[in-house]
Amino acid sequence: MKAAVLVFPGINREHDMARALKLISGKEAAMIWHTETELPAGTDLVVIPGGFSYGDYLRCGAIAARAPIMQAVRKHADKGGLVLAVCNGFQIACEAGLLPGVLMRNAKMKFMCKEVHLRIERSDTPFTRGYNAGSVIRVPVAHGEGNYIADAETIARLEGENRVAFRYASADGKVDPHFNGSMNAIAGIFSEKLNILGLMPHPENHVDPVVGPTDGRRLFESLVETLAA
Amino acid sequence: MKARVIVTLKTGVLDPQGKAIESALKSLGVEGVESVRQGKIFEIEVAGADRAKAEAKLKEAADKLLSNTVIENYRVEIL
Repeated sequence: MKAAVLVFPGINREHDMARALKLISGKEAAMIWHTETELPAGTDLVVIPGGFSYGDYLRCGAIAARAPIMQAVRKHADKGGLVLAVCNGFQIACEAGLLPGVLMRNAKMKFMCKEVHLRIERSDTPFTRGYNAGSVIRVPVAHGEGNYIADAETIARLEGENRVAFRYASADGKVDPHFNGSMNAIAGIFSEKLNILGLMPHPENHVDPVVGPTDGRRLFESLVETLAA
Repeated sequence: MKARVIVTLKTGVLDPQGKAIESALKSLGVEGVESVRQGKIFEIEVAGADRAKAEAKLKEAADKLLSNTVIENYRVEIL
């Protein structure tokens, strides 16, 4: 799996992501600076990592979404290439129009930095084929703006097309509608062709038993398996 | 030419920051505040003297970057 991790000023989770990719795929990810206009030839997976690009100025992800490299990401995605957008990356993907909706300030104004439970909504995607639909995983979140909002029509469409990837839930899989204010407890969504996944939680931080739970591993294993198939 | 772009949240979009400000005003004893919605004002200097052209440029700026039209409205004022 040839992965490219995008780096913007103010991004700070790119090394966690690169480490997880190396650990699970065995291959070093390319780190791509935002002023580049091309992805490395043969890139299978583009990762937009977490952090605080441009200090969250204007709106979270708004300035990074207009960086030169994003044109190349759009081209990659249009051809069906895989894109994983985590946390600030999810905000950037929404601002860039790769995914619908927007992530607003958490409803209770709190920065949520904790481990959460996510319910896996479907297992027939390149990102989640290693999980069982309906199962619950534990992963950390760290965000102040993860409150997913879209107009009623977009939400109906996402639900109708089964494009919700993960929902905030309790340990036994009961959806938690009050976690951060997200509509329908949405923690992550897929693009129409299921080749882009955006999510607020950090699966890359739960991949190594040294750290604790390893529930995030299967996401990366799913990608490796998809690309090997 | 001086201009302003004013960006506000669309009606119906929840504004947690506005809510927090509203309750802070209430606890400060500022009476009669019924609700607060937070927005942004951009003060922009535009080259040239053609108002229509400036307005078109600023609309482009607002559409491309200054506002997110999923949740926000904007208006342009040439001063």
